[in-house]
Amino acid sequence: MIRAEHELHRRRRGRNFGVGALLLGFAAIVFGLSVVKITNLGPTEGFDHVARPQLEMRADDPDAGNGG
Amino acid sequence: MSDASLHSTPITGAAAGEPDLRDYFALLKPRVMTLVVFTALVGLVVAPVPVHPFVAAVSILFIAVGGGAAGALNMWWDADIDAKMRRTERRPVPSGRVSPGEALGLGLALSGISVVMLGLASNIAAGLFLAFTIFFYAVIYTMWLKRWTPQNIVIGGAAGAFPPAVGWVAATGGLSLEPVLLFLTVFLWTPPHFWALALFVKSDYADAGVPMLTVTHGPDSTRRHIIAYAVILAIPALAIAATPIGGPVYLISALALNAAFIRGAWIVSRRSTAVAEADHFAAEKGLFKLSLYYLFLQFGALLIDASLRSAGLLPAWGWL
Repeated sequence: MIRAEHELHRRRRGRNFGVGALLLGFAAIVFGLSVVKITNLGPTEGFDHVARPQLEMRADDPDAGNGG
Repeated sequence: MSDASLHSTPITGAAAGEPDLRDYFALLKPRVMTLVVFTALVGLVVAPVPVHPFVAAVSILFIAVGGGAAGALNMWWDADIDAKMRRTERRPVPSGRVSPGEALGLGLALSGISVVMLGLASNIAAGLFLAFTIFFYAVIYTMWLKRWTPQNIVIGGAAGAFPPAVGWVAATGGLSLEPVLLFLTVFLWTPPHFWALALFVKSDYADAGVPMLTVTHGPDSTRRHIIAYAVILAIPALAIAATPIGGPVYLISALALNAAFIRGAWIVSRRSTAVAEADHFAAEKGLFKLSLYYLFLQFGALLIDASLRSAGLLPAWGWL
């Protein structure tokens, strides 16, 4: 039977709190890194299932079809 | 990232068989990590590409974690010889506070985490460079060279010389002359730094059977090696002053520190073991202490010049 408060829990309390703090710190780093990376990407357009005329090739555009 | 340290790992007071977090932290060789953190920071800050402060901090953190992971793998593999040396017998594994398996697991886990996180935070090249650094220290130095050749510290010292170049790659994504010179400075600094230590703790290495130069070739040969390396070291150290990351503060610091280091090495090279024992290795201990100041002050001067440059107080610099 698993007791809620085992002797092992008391003995390892400091270590468990330490590991918990490390995991929280790691999560904070990943979150912070995500925020910094996303906010430093510059203007970004996501695909939103709506036709965008500015992305369509124009017949009078000399660069059309050349990746321009 | 050599094992050089005057200080043994402190006993934490944890009950035998029940390690606490400090024991796991001690596996990461925190004193060696300070060198890794500092030199990597310098490499990253002096690079000509600005890095977001948070990305820079995270990059340095995971370069340090990678260095710590290599330290844990070193302690796992070297537990047998650590137990025979007074300087290392109180480390977590030989003292029995942490099992070898735990040290191996921690080292491998932190290696993977640090490489992936550095790659994500900065760029893939930096992550791969860190992976190579960990491999070099754990496998090439620890498992292969350390017990095989008296040149162990020379080639193994490269692992400790990579961090400034890793910091540079984290900022720029590539290598150039400056990080190579930073690497050469730490690489050529490591042997005289370590041999000065080995001269006054040589009995430890003899007991453990580690083929340290002092054990295989004797102290006189070691003293000659120290002065040779001190002279060669001055070449890349002074060449840095002629690159765009140099500056007046670095130039003056490098001239003064290299002159002092060569002078200290010259004094040590002229002494016999009898003379050294008579004054309790005062010159050797002095050179070891000076070697610590040498690296920290010289790299610190690069930081000062970088700060002056970013504040617009320093004109364009460098001839190389």
